[in-house]
Amino acid sequence: MAAHLKKRVYEEFSKVVQIPHEEAPAKKLRLSKPSKSAALHIDLCKATNSTDALQYLLHFARKPVETESVEGVVRILLEHYYKETDNSVRLKIASLLGLLSKTQGFSPDCIVDDAINTLGNEKSHQVLAQLMDTLLVIGTQLPESPAVRQRLIEVACKHLSDTYFGVRNKCLQLLGCLGMVDTPLTKDNEGLGISLVPLKLRDVQSIISDYFGDQDPRVRTAALKAMLQLHERGMKIHEIIYDQACRLLSDDYEQVRSAAVQMVWVLSHLYPESIVPIPSSNEEIRLVDDAFGKISHMVSDGSWMVRVQAAKTLGSMLQVSPQFLEQTLDKKLMSDLRRKRTAHERAKELFTSGEFSSGRKWADDAPKEKLDTNTVNLIASGACGAFVHGLEDEMFEVRIAAVEALCQLARSSASFAEKCLDFLVDMFNDEIEEVRLQSIHVLREISTHITLREDQLDTVLAVLEDSSRDIREALHELICYTNVSTKECVQLALLELLKNLNKYPTDRNSVWKCLKFMGSRHPTLVLPLVPELLSTHPYFDTPEPDMDDPAYIAVLVLVFNAAKSCPTMPALFSDHTFRHYSYLRDSLSHLVPPLRLPGNGLDLVDSRCGLGSVESAQLFLQQSLNRVSTIQNLEAPGAQDLLDFTIRDLRRLGELQTELAGAADFCATYLRCQLLLMKVVGVLSILEETYKLEFLYSGLDSRQVATIHHVRLQAKALQLILTARTRLDSLISSCEKFLQDIESFQRLFLTELPHLQDSFVDKLLELMPRLSSCKPVELVKILQTTLRQSGLLQLRLPEQIHRATATIIEPTGESDNPLRFTTGLVVALDIDATLEHVQDPQNNVKVQVLYPDGQSHVIHPKPGDFRKPGPDRHRLITQVYLSHTAWTEPSQIEVRLLLAYSSSSTSLSSPSKLGWSDSIDSLPTPETAVEGTIPFSKPVKVYIMPKPARR
Amino acid sequence: MPEIKVTPLGAGQDVGRSCILVSIGGKNIMLDCGMHMGYNDDRRFPDFSYITQNGRLTDFLDCVIISHFHLDHCGALPFMSEMVGYDGPIYMTHPTKAICPILLEDFRKITVDKKGETNFFTSQMIKDCMKKVVPLNLHQTVQVDDELEIKAYYAGHVLGAAMVHIKVGSESVVYTGDYNMTPDRHLGAAWIDKCRPDILISESTYATTIRDSKRCRERDFLKKVHESIERGGKVLIPVFALGRAQELCILLETFWERMNLKAPIYFSTGLTEKANHYYKLFITWTNQKIRKTFVQRNMFEFKHIKAFDRSYADNPGPMVVFATPGMLHAGQSLQIFKKWAGNEKNMVIMPGYCVQGTIGHKILNGQRKLEMEGRSTLDVKLQVEYMSFSAHADAKGIMQLIRMAEPRNMLLVHGEAVKMEFLKGKIEQEFSIDCYMPANGETVTVTTNPSVPVDISLNLLKREMALGGPLPDPKKPRTMHGTLIMKENSLKLVSSEQALKELGLNEHQLRFTCRVQLQDPHSDTDTLHRIYTHLKSVLKGYTIQHLPDGTVMVESIVIKVSSSTEDPNTKVLLLSWSYQDEDLGSFLSTLLKKGLPSGLC
Repeated sequence: MAAHLKKRVYEEFSKVVQIPHEEAPAKKLRLSKPSKSAALHIDLCKATNSTDALQYLLHFARKPVETESVEGVVRILLEHYYKETDNSVRLKIASLLGLLSKTQGFSPDCIVDDAINTLGNEKSHQVLAQLMDTLLVIGTQLPESPAVRQRLIEVACKHLSDTYFGVRNKCLQLLGCLGMVDTPLTKDNEGLGISLVPLKLRDVQSIISDYFGDQDPRVRTAALKAMLQLHERGMKIHEIIYDQACRLLSDDYEQVRSAAVQMVWVLSHLYPESIVPIPSSNEEIRLVDDAFGKISHMVSDGSWMVRVQAAKTLGSMLQVSPQFLEQTLDKKLMSDLRRKRTAHERAKELFTSGEFSSGRKWADDAPKEKLDTNTVNLIASGACGAFVHGLEDEMFEVRIAAVEALCQLARSSASFAEKCLDFLVDMFNDEIEEVRLQSIHVLREISTHITLREDQLDTVLAVLEDSSRDIREALHELICYTNVSTKECVQLALLELLKNLNKYPTDRNSVWKCLKFMGSRHPTLVLPLVPELLSTHPYFDTPEPDMDDPAYIAVLVLVFNAAKSCPTMPALFSDHTFRHYSYLRDSLSHLVPPLRLPGNGLDLVDSRCGLGSVESAQLFLQQSLNRVSTIQNLEAPGAQDLLDFTIRDLRRLGELQTELAGAADFCATYLRCQLLLMKVVGVLSILEETYKLEFLYSGLDSRQVATIHHVRLQAKALQLILTARTRLDSLISSCEKFLQDIESFQRLFLTELPHLQDSFVDKLLELMPRLSSCKPVELVKILQTTLRQSGLLQLRLPEQIHRATATIIEPTGESDNPLRFTTGLVVALDIDATLEHVQDPQNNVKVQVLYPDGQSHVIHPKPGDFRKPGPDRHRLITQVYLSHTAWTEPSQIEVRLLLAYSSSSTSLSSPSKLGWSDSIDSLPTPETAVEGTIPFSKPVKVYIMPKPARR
Repeated sequence: MPEIKVTPLGAGQDVGRSCILVSIGGKNIMLDCGMHMGYNDDRRFPDFSYITQNGRLTDFLDCVIISHFHLDHCGALPFMSEMVGYDGPIYMTHPTKAICPILLEDFRKITVDKKGETNFFTSQMIKDCMKKVVPLNLHQTVQVDDELEIKAYYAGHVLGAAMVHIKVGSESVVYTGDYNMTPDRHLGAAWIDKCRPDILISESTYATTIRDSKRCRERDFLKKVHESIERGGKVLIPVFALGRAQELCILLETFWERMNLKAPIYFSTGLTEKANHYYKLFITWTNQKIRKTFVQRNMFEFKHIKAFDRSYADNPGPMVVFATPGMLHAGQSLQIFKKWAGNEKNMVIMPGYCVQGTIGHKILNGQRKLEMEGRSTLDVKLQVEYMSFSAHADAKGIMQLIRMAEPRNMLLVHGEAVKMEFLKGKIEQEFSIDCYMPANGETVTVTTNPSVPVDISLNLLKREMALGGPLPDPKKPRTMHGTLIMKENSLKLVSSEQALKELGLNEHQLRFTCRVQLQDPHSDTDTLHRIYTHLKSVLKGYTIQHLPDGTVMVESIVIKVSSSTEDPNTKVLLLSWSYQDEDLGSFLSTLLKKGLPSGLC
């Protein structure tokens, strides 16, 4: 027998060498390795006891198996399976079968029967469970064959009555993953399987739901999960399940309750409008409301996992009726059976009654009216106070989940947003920073719905003194979007912000920005404050404030932004205010808007704002590109001039119209590449530019990427031609490399090739058979002519394109005081930068430090140093360590940010083939991967002085 | 029926001197052993003569369990163990064991040294008493003896506070001690699993209160302190040494940290320092935040809070001082108050309830002129604030705990009778379980319905499982055949064969026989054959044999035919079956009585 098997294996072994040649010509370079199956067989035969066999199997599992030899391996494994008496070995074999079936390109339908047969005389429950798992894998690998699925389902149903929970679990899982989903297809051929198919359909759900009452909690969980799985696969869960799921909400085991919460949630989305009766009364309510109440109840569950689950789930139940929603924030207080007002209510009352002070009297929370004992409901029925509980929970995970849920619900309901405001504001005082931060973010998100009352604003602003920078910045962001109701609020906010500025001078930019929005949001509220803010006096001249005082600048930013939409305001300015305006308009143009100022000869209407709209700029951009496309018809000098002008125009356009900066820049860079190609100069710089084009801009589609790659290919051709003139020794290898480049281009952009008609690459591909066979010199000649003949590839205007930019805020590079430190030791330099439109900054952004002696260091910041204050925006706050040998003089170093790229990271690159095994030793990097960095921020100079160490 | 008896010696419809006796499954347990703050005579300790008139308590009590270190829960412990006499085990958690003697010693000092009482327990007695203590860990099941086991759950309230689950066989009682269902700055919330005890004994201090969220109170407190400090005022916070003081310290400490404040915070020394030391040690008993951050920094190692010295009170500039005692009736807090009362920039914050007659109570009620001893008056110009920080579960919290534990009966202690009455009604209405609220010395008896555990032989169980349907349904009771053997206090359910073997008995066969007369003109053999075919058609799925010796066997039932002597047409059928086949046998006899159908060949 063994000899026979061995023969079979070796047959397959020889096949391995042949098949790649016949079927996959693209993989010509792949080395063929000796088949794993042969080795495995020998090993397993050698094994004298079960421990050895297990060792061999474990060892075997670490290496991938080629698609072609999988079947052979499976046969060998099965052979051993039947012979094996030890449970653990059989278990491992069963698990290997599953892993092997997952191998890419292997279709496991040939082993279905064998796998099912093994179940027949298996005695060990554990092995049985593993085999069911293997069947599940096989089943999921064969989504196209209903017959196999049907068989597997039958097998699973048979084993559902196993006494071991693991087997039942796996069977349920299998039912969940493979159970027939109601597709319209089955309805079409009703004539064929009219009785069978719908019967089975019903069966899967009812079979699974039978196990909701299983004695083992793990099986109950598995049943619920299987049902959820069915739902995910698109099967409509029956409404009758709802009652059963609700019953499981009070299960003794937390996993069951957690899964039940999900189940109830799913059903509430499927049948929101169904009517369910309320037990012990004859009222009826909507199902979604009932589910909402039940899940709310789970927010005070005993297990925090369930609480998190419930709190999260609540957030997405947007269809719930408003009265139920508002109940979640309801909490009736009582003291000695008398109704008491909550602190929130008291604060509100104080505010409405006009009294400013709060809670000075000791009895002001004294209980008021006497409660009727019958009406006091101690057990929160339904949704009552769910969020009140959730926000006060012991575990911060629950609190965060509750805050997030509040946010989601508040975004869809303005009245709820209004109500939850007090609670969110309370969360600003949480003991865990994460929670505080999250609640500030949430408040910002819902701030469109709300207007803060003075006492609320007061609480919000108190957080401005927080020592955590993240908190303060989040709060500044919040204030940017906040609406306030009175001029006192504006004054209060300004006061607190100035206090903040005083305490933490590093917050300067953020505070100014905050006041900018504050001003432009509330011009009418700022107006009455202006004389006081600018300390002007009707009769007396007041001293001119110091222009460099950040606090004064802050006030001016507020006033000028308010003045933008309030034409009467400038009349209140004194002379120096106008002067300061023109100064700030120039120095801080992003904070100070253009103002239309009357009289005094100063035409301060900025020329820059006289531009047309975005549409006209867009049109201009399009026209420029169109003009360039006519370039083919022009003579060389004329064409070059046209390109030159167009590039200049586009660059200027980018400067003027920030919305189009990305697109304009992108086009200009592209045209510059073309220009250089045309001039046949600067091959290396073209290559560099193409990498910039590819990685610095976000929002490119594959067509544009193809165009960029095309330019790069042209540049490479040019490079090849140039090398051919000077160095002949390495020509052969360069040629080969170029041919590979063409091939990979073809592979990557197969779908785009039709759009590249008449282009350089198109022509090359036509000549491909000739190219690959001809001599290097000949190849160079062909390239030369093709390159000359091929025209400019029309660039389609990208729709939404953004250039990744970075600005280093700190260090400012203004300091004349050198940073002194002792040589051999390190000094930490704080870096604060904003990044825009950078994808995955945690991996791609690096800090480069250039020393005057040409040394350079690249530092990779920690992922935690990146913050995300808004969409497409990141903030990098990190420290870099500097060190150098002793200098005699202080000197400047340069700090800049780099964007790292690697061509293998493009989404278009071929998917790397992974082995089937769970551990991958080394990921093969594509041979064409090019890695590099692009500087994308202005360098900042820092004055440093390493002193020699004193002995 | 077995019963559980609960008798409060203290804390029955009352707050103070908690002491509850429980008899469960023949075991007697004392829960807490506290003193009453309000009395100075014999009434301050529970009446131990209820247990025995003379002699030691050791013979009557199996164990004593102390829930936490507050004196109204452990104050009478040395008195009970050393002066009345008890040598059995005393259970308490590790932090309670550490802090309890400090408080007892303090209590002793005040009563003996200051008030000059005699016949009080001594320091040595406290030490001897603490030697009898067995420490408990959370969720650790401790076997007191073979049958009695106890398990502690986290209760919040103060450091080391525990709820105890007491179990004898399948009967169980949970005693909550004092607990808190909302977390605070230094402790988490109470938690218990769904242990379904027969009785849940719960405190009910706030039976009629539903409290506002802790966060609002905290924010108010911090805002008041902050405002006063910014004005350059001094803030006095009178506290009791343990419990709330630590919470407020943490609150202020973190706030100072967050807001980068520089004003000094002082804590008047005394027993607090020792206690703070233990707070540092028992980090696992605190809340999530403190547990998670203690590796970087232990929250109880205060950066901003320093020890107070008498002379600091006159220092210029803002400061915050925590001083004992909490009601401003004596000691350091009163001294500082006198010094600062004259300045309206200053502030005093009362974080707890004040007894009538104390200065704290007076100023809270708005009195602005205080008469001091020596006929001097004191003008109170400083601001007076009141903040309630209390760590008992409110009505909602109690209900939440009931929902968590799902008890079969409820018993309320440690609260006022009127308030209990309300909560009792609510509990009975919402959960439909019985609720009791005994007064001191009154006994509540709850009959239990304990399940009797029986060992079942695995073979028998498997055989029965195989007989049943494919789905084991845990909710439905199932009947099964077996023999119950009661031997040496153990119950066993085995199959009858095994029982016979084990007991060395012979098996007796019991057979039922029955005659059925039948009118049938055929010969005996033919009749038998007809019967055979008839049964074959009726009883499908049964083995029916026609044996050559002239009988028909249906399973184990034998049918014989003989002709009657008088009338050859009247056939007499003899049926015989063993009692195991009673069902089938009686079915056959009724079937055959109806006669054979005529269509048979």
